[in-house]
Amino acid sequence: MLRLETRPEPSQRMRYLSPLIAVSLTVVSGLMIFIALGVDPQKGFEAFFINPMKDLYGLTELLLKATPLMLCALGLSIGFRANVWNIGAEGQFIAGAIAATGVALYLGQWSILTLVLMMLAGMIGGGLWASIAAFLKTRFNTNEILVSLMLVYIAELLVSWVVFGPWKDPQGFNFPQTKMFEEAALLPILIEGTRLNLAFTFAIGLLIAGYLLMVRSHLGFKMRVAGEAPDAARYAGFSAKTMVWIGLLSGGACAGLAGMAEVSGPMGQLTDKVGSGYGFAAIIVAFVGRLNPIGIFFASFLMALFYIGGEQAQQYLALPSSISKVFQGMLLFYLLATDVLIRFRIRNL
Amino acid sequence: MTRLRLQALSKAYPSVLANDRVDLEVTPGEIHAILGENGAGKSTLVKMIYGVTQPSSGKIFWEGSETRIDNPAHARRLGIGMVFQHFSLFETLTVAENALLSMPPGTDISGLAAQIREVSEHYGLPIDPDRYIHDLSVGEQQRVEIIRCLLQKPRLLIMDEPTSVLSPQAARKLFDTLRTISQEGCSILYISHKLDEIQALCDTATILRAGRVTGHCHPANETPASLAQMMIGQNLEAPAHRPAQTEGEVRLAVKELRQEKAHAFGTSLENISFEIRSGEILGIAGVSGNGQNELLGLLSGEMLAKNPASIELMQAPVGRLSADLRRRIGLCYVPEDRLGKGAVPSMSLIENALLTATDRLGFKNKGFLNFEKAAGFARQCIRQFNVKTKDEHAVAASLSGGNLQKFIVGRELLQDPKVFICAQPTWGVDVGAAAFLRQSILALRDKGAAVLVVSEELDELFEISDRIAVMARGRLSPVRRLSETNTEEIGLWMSGLWPDLTEDHHAQA
Repeated sequence: MLRLETRPEPSQRMRYLSPLIAVSLTVVSGLMIFIALGVDPQKGFEAFFINPMKDLYGLTELLLKATPLMLCALGLSIGFRANVWNIGAEGQFIAGAIAATGVALYLGQWSILTLVLMMLAGMIGGGLWASIAAFLKTRFNTNEILVSLMLVYIAELLVSWVVFGPWKDPQGFNFPQTKMFEEAALLPILIEGTRLNLAFTFAIGLLIAGYLLMVRSHLGFKMRVAGEAPDAARYAGFSAKTMVWIGLLSGGACAGLAGMAEVSGPMGQLTDKVGSGYGFAAIIVAFVGRLNPIGIFFASFLMALFYIGGEQAQQYLALPSSISKVFQGMLLFYLLATDVLIRFRIRNL
Repeated sequence: MTRLRLQALSKAYPSVLANDRVDLEVTPGEIHAILGENGAGKSTLVKMIYGVTQPSSGKIFWEGSETRIDNPAHARRLGIGMVFQHFSLFETLTVAENALLSMPPGTDISGLAAQIREVSEHYGLPIDPDRYIHDLSVGEQQRVEIIRCLLQKPRLLIMDEPTSVLSPQAARKLFDTLRTISQEGCSILYISHKLDEIQALCDTATILRAGRVTGHCHPANETPASLAQMMIGQNLEAPAHRPAQTEGEVRLAVKELRQEKAHAFGTSLENISFEIRSGEILGIAGVSGNGQNELLGLLSGEMLAKNPASIELMQAPVGRLSADLRRRIGLCYVPEDRLGKGAVPSMSLIENALLTATDRLGFKNKGFLNFEKAAGFARQCIRQFNVKTKDEHAVAASLSGGNLQKFIVGRELLQDPKVFICAQPTWGVDVGAAAFLRQSILALRDKGAAVLVVSEELDELFEISDRIAVMARGRLSPVRRLSETNTEEIGLWMSGLWPDLTEDHHAQA
């Protein structure tokens, strides 16, 4: 019989190496899936991992995809470190997109001011959505995992309602979408001829701010203590309720900002498909990135590669669209598996 | 024929050799002590005898033949019973139902209840088999554990630190019971680090230090000093207790503090009042679970009192202030539970210094932490309090319990508290370090701090306190000067029987 036995001291080196091992195992398994599907593994590898990075445009597309993942994962990791399990970044993302769209539709001509207002609206929208879970948790001790997750489905219905109803574009042939935003409500492009926009710089800035908050600040320290030893946090006098609020609000604000960047960037309008799973993929990004802003930067790039590589594989190799999800799932699975082996070793009894 | 013989028994764990070639012999009806400091390997040794873990090498002979004890059930079939320090009873079941769980299937519960009555009368362990465990005091729960073992008619009974939950009077009763048991031929392995108990009770003793046997002896022929010498390898010096110097200002005042219990197995606090002045130590004795945790939670700010004025710190009402705000006023606190509460297990000693010292010692600037300053403080703490560790980057979980306690006490004392509260200051700390910690607390008092020590060890309280009180069933006894009382009276009060407070006032008036 095999049994897991706690290691006397988990290896710090392996803690940082395990995401790399998980990535390698994911790639190897991916190639085996290609073979099983009758695709030349070399071609599959090229389509999935090389083509998206071949030229500048490809790279900027990757960064564009990585931006919302970075933002959402950063916000989530602040909460995760404090044991606040916000699973609903997807819903907060949508709430932020709706709020920002409202500003764009009604206050769309004020150039810079419009964009600033849209960003604020996005963060407030996402934050308000998350605050429902925070309020119920601190007031009634509900489980934030369930509440934040259920709020995702409500947000999805809400966005359907606005684009099918009050905000539907009159000239849109009845498609569920708003009219295209005015120029002033669109984020400026960073590199001419690509779609990469200002939101990427915000994401990088927030990653740095997040790093300072989590690693250097007293508040970040308190949140880590609350996450790792709740009794010690109580002993030291760190308020558990404050931690829940900060964890959920930062997650909501970051996801809301990502939602704003999506409608104000590549989409240029709000549709009922605005979510597209960034909020859920960001959970994987946060863990692969070890809840650390530097790790999150690389992990979101990797996850973006899975998204775009999956699209490429669909286009050129006629593979099913769910291939991206398979890669995402395998990555999380391998990461969790390697993490178990960091803390435990297998004994044969 | 010997009942139990161990030959060169060793147990190696990945990072430590817990037992190193231990030899031991127990004859029928003998009360044999295993004496050693915390961490000397006593628990590991008896766990191997009871089949909880397997030895790495060496042999166990049971009644003359070499035996491999696979698991506790096997040990019980052989005739070995054990009473653990931490009980394994279901609180929501009755005494008889709990006993039934360890009997062979098909045992009749009404017959068992009669058997329990019989055993409890015979051995002087009064207990009603129909009572629920959560209604019982800790001492009564221990009786249930012992009776449960006796029902199996064991030939060897292992007792792990049994008196740690008992008042002195209850401990003496337990000794009578154990003597009766041994006179009927059952051998007893008695684990303890209390020298006086072992001298009073045990026929023979095996002394362990750092996993090795350092001596076999007859305790009656030894002196406490010679036993301590074998146990810790050096001579003991009791701290010189100078009486409190001054009657300073009141620094901590508790006024009619009451609190409903938070859960079914908690304790409600009833009308607790006391004061501690600058330059004195108040000791609170009592068996754990009588409201000490609730009182400490309210004093430290982990729990908030209903009425802000019911707790005054430096003459300010603080009943509704959070723990970190009270700490800023000058209250430092060492909790009973070190790993997980007093320290974050996965964090380094530097980070654990930041846990409580950041505000008082200015380890931050505009919200950002100064890790260099904190590291310097952690090094100072390690040096002054002789904490054995790799360096200040070691995680708290890698320290032994005693060393972590030294670090935590050091961390709080070095913050120069105006009021210092300490729960079980020397639990799990070796004898030498315990003396040092007590000395440090006395030194703090002499610098003018008001000190509250909550402890189960009466000897310790009598060694360092200036005044002493007892907590029982959520009430606090009258506070006595040390010169006006003795261990006998305090021990009696531990059962909750003390003269009415109001009468006492009349007597003083």
